[in-house]
Amino acid sequence: MSAPDHPARHKGIFRALRRNPLDLLAFGLFALICLIAVLGPLLVPHDPLATDTAVALQPPSASHWFGTDQLGRDLFSRVVVATRLDLLIALGAVALSMVAGSVLGAIIGYWGGVLDTVVSRLVDVLMAFPLFVLAMALVAALGNSVANVVYATAIVNLPFYIRLARSELRPRRALGYVEAARAGGSGDWRILWRHLIPNIAAPLVIQASVNLGWAMLNAAGLSFLGLGVRPPTPEWGIMVAEGARFIGSGQWWIVTFPGLALMLAVLAFNLLGDALRDLLDPRLRR
Amino acid sequence: MTRIGLRVLSAIPTLFGVVVITFLLTRVLPGDPAVFFASNPSMSASDIAAVRENLGLDRPLYDQFLIYLGNLAQGNLGRSIATGQPVAAEFARRLPASAELTLLAFLLAVVVAVPLGLVAALRPGSLVDHAVRLIATLGVSMPTFVSGLLLIHVFYFRAGVLPEPIGRLDPFLFEPARVTGFLTIDALISGEGQVFRAALLQLLLPAVTMALFALAPLARMTRAAMIAALGSDFIRTARAAGLSRGRIVLIYALRNAMLPVVTTMGMVFSYMLGANVLVERVFSWPGIGAFAIDSIVNLDYAPLQGFVLVMAAIFIAVNLVVDIVTVLIDPRAED
Amino acid sequence: MTPLLSIRALSVEFDTRHGTVHALDRLSLDIAPGEIIGIIGESGSGKSVTAHAVMGILDRAARITGGEVLFQGENLLEMGRRARDGWRGRGASIIFQNPRAALNPIRAVGDQIADVVARHSSLSRRAIRARVLELLRHVRIPDPERRARAYPFQLSGGLCQRIGIAMALACAPRLLIADEPTTGLDVTTQAAIMALIRERAREAGTAVALITHDVALAAGNCDRLAIMHAGHVVEVAPTAAILARPRHPYTAGLLRSVPSLAGSLDQLQAIPGSMPDLRRPDLPPCRFAERCPRRLPRCDAPGPLALTACGPGHLVACRNLP
Repeated sequence: MSAPDHPARHKGIFRALRRNPLDLLAFGLFALICLIAVLGPLLVPHDPLATDTAVALQPPSASHWFGTDQLGRDLFSRVVVATRLDLLIALGAVALSMVAGSVLGAIIGYWGGVLDTVVSRLVDVLMAFPLFVLAMALVAALGNSVANVVYATAIVNLPFYIRLARSELRPRRALGYVEAARAGGSGDWRILWRHLIPNIAAPLVIQASVNLGWAMLNAAGLSFLGLGVRPPTPEWGIMVAEGARFIGSGQWWIVTFPGLALMLAVLAFNLLGDALRDLLDPRLRR
Repeated sequence: MTRIGLRVLSAIPTLFGVVVITFLLTRVLPGDPAVFFASNPSMSASDIAAVRENLGLDRPLYDQFLIYLGNLAQGNLGRSIATGQPVAAEFARRLPASAELTLLAFLLAVVVAVPLGLVAALRPGSLVDHAVRLIATLGVSMPTFVSGLLLIHVFYFRAGVLPEPIGRLDPFLFEPARVTGFLTIDALISGEGQVFRAALLQLLLPAVTMALFALAPLARMTRAAMIAALGSDFIRTARAAGLSRGRIVLIYALRNAMLPVVTTMGMVFSYMLGANVLVERVFSWPGIGAFAIDSIVNLDYAPLQGFVLVMAAIFIAVNLVVDIVTVLIDPRAED
Repeated sequence: MTPLLSIRALSVEFDTRHGTVHALDRLSLDIAPGEIIGIIGESGSGKSVTAHAVMGILDRAARITGGEVLFQGENLLEMGRRARDGWRGRGASIIFQNPRAALNPIRAVGDQIADVVARHSSLSRRAIRARVLELLRHVRIPDPERRARAYPFQLSGGLCQRIGIAMALACAPRLLIADEPTTGLDVTTQAAIMALIRERAREAGTAVALITHDVALAAGNCDRLAIMHAGHVVEVAPTAAILARPRHPYTAGLLRSVPSLAGSLDQLQAIPGSMPDLRRPDLPPCRFAERCPRRLPRCDAPGPLALTACGPGHLVACRNLP
């Protein structure tokens, strides 16, 4: 309704969180996923890489909660251990594109000129590609590795951050506090770092949190296609791909559990993104 | 109408940029195409050199680019190493399969999402509204390759109501005479009811899989845009003038709400072009996405390059259509 | 004379996150056929809520908790939806402030007027078109054939308001509610719009309720004035009577705060304090009491505050009249 009350801002956030159980769920899920990612290997009953053909393709049971795959590996252990890799890929890609995109966007937004024109055109062209297709082609061209999946996911997302940073920064160039800093003898770089970038951080962080779920889906999709992560490394996308062969013959668990894990993680990120947007964007807070 | 013309013209530099990037993707990045052949043990160093020369890879970059442009102008996308066939011909053969799938999925998504979003907006807080919000959140979180596989498990393995996911048509049936390349439509044209049924059943699961993913952003945007439109001053005017509820909702609110929805449709189409690759893989669909994946696996760069180019061109065309539709709906966009 | 519109003890509440707003409290007001009445009040006093309640276009969050709205003797609040839709536009119609936003941005203005004409008549397409052009000429829009095809963004604010008036008058309503019709327009356009509304209304015998915060505008255009404060009508009287001798302390304060009505600049003063928070559960019977220089203990005694006659056609809601 009204402008946010800044002194009581944290209290407001806390109250908003309590009022919206979905947001609480998002933060809870996110914390849980981070915890599993950190503790991963300590939590699992079996070695995620140990094969045992004697127990291949077993449905979920007391000893193998999520069942076993075609090589007799314990799916629960693999799903849990894979969390770290999937999370790192998504976080890495988003962090990379956020940092690079904001700096680049801020620079072209601040100085404008030829550089602005060139980068903006390039951004337009990059945005003319369907994202996933471009990511696929980049991994194929850069070489098939996990690092390149991170880079490719970062690159295809870069345009959004560049555009956002540029459009947030431009109107602030001539504001009072910038003029004051300039009159006080601050150089351009100092103004950019000290005064402008901190002021455009909120929308970029919101964009990043909304982006995380997408980045995770993108990376898992690539490894589902056999790009990036290679077997036998446990990773959700590749586990689904391995299970795909058995879906037609009824072994549903090989696909379902890593798929569910992926979905839950993406859901957590998407809810978190929505929650952060509501909390950080006072225009939307009601 | 001048704006439409200008917009079409402005797509040309973008298209050119896309061509440049597509070219650079395969020529400048570490993956040297000539090295792809080296994975074939029967090739000697001189063979590789010959291939280099044959592909023009020994010439300076700008020369290569001009050759590439020249080839493109003639509709030549290069040759696939795996099949030995021209890539353009392979695309022409496979594009209808991808197009039939994508268009049906898009249609399904729009036909379901827009009314859902509409009803949700008309009754905020109702059961439909909560359902739409749930679908919107779950839908974008569900990887298409997972939902596709689960649908196969349920409808093919468990229920047995849908055929095995092995491409466009039961191998024991003959394809209908090719007119449009869309099997369902071609079957109807040649009056083969059984083939039509079979083709439609094969199409159903992959299309639903893709539609499920596309549904969420469309329903969400329709809901939001409708709520905004229904709350605007001109709706109040229309209500105060006694216009009927149907007219207010459909002619006044919905048409205004369609503007952001049409833009979202363009974005959704971009997702679908990407999701295509995954869905075609899951359902062994003989489209261009599956072809591109095979070419990556075979280190066959011409089809991949062609694929990226074709996808970007389609996407640019879709954005163009979105802009034109926007101009047709919104007189303000004309100036 | 029997009133055209009779609002009787109408109460409206709004539910918000921060509590229930008691927007209108047992509000009563009569409007006679063909008269021009000004409804004056600060923002938040409930003028627009009253108008919206009469038109039946309140927000979802609003709730009518009591009272009746009689139009030619029939209670609008008990009318079926279909009948109410048919009544809108013919019985009463409304024009809004911010005329451009009040028009559909992507529909030609002629079509929007035609929608209203078609809704309430069974005219042929051709006859509708002729009627639209006639209406456009009536509101003095030059070159009506061309303007009918224009979109709101192509027209000035003044022209948009003329379109709004044409739409509102399309079906010859008995009552025209003009909700801040000139806010946001420049001064000369304001005068022209007001002149147009008056002229059209007098010609067709349409009653006009001019809702405004601008006392001078209302005084210059209306036969009677009703003063609103915090969801109450505090005083109603013929314009001349109220200007000559305002009886309610709020009215007196309001008149003193208007430069063109205050005798001289040193008599110009603002009313101290502000309207009470309408979410308060303990609102006093007189909602002006807390700002009032003449407040007595009996002002706060429980029981509704009634409008009582204090002169010919002069009603006031005050327990301590001067």
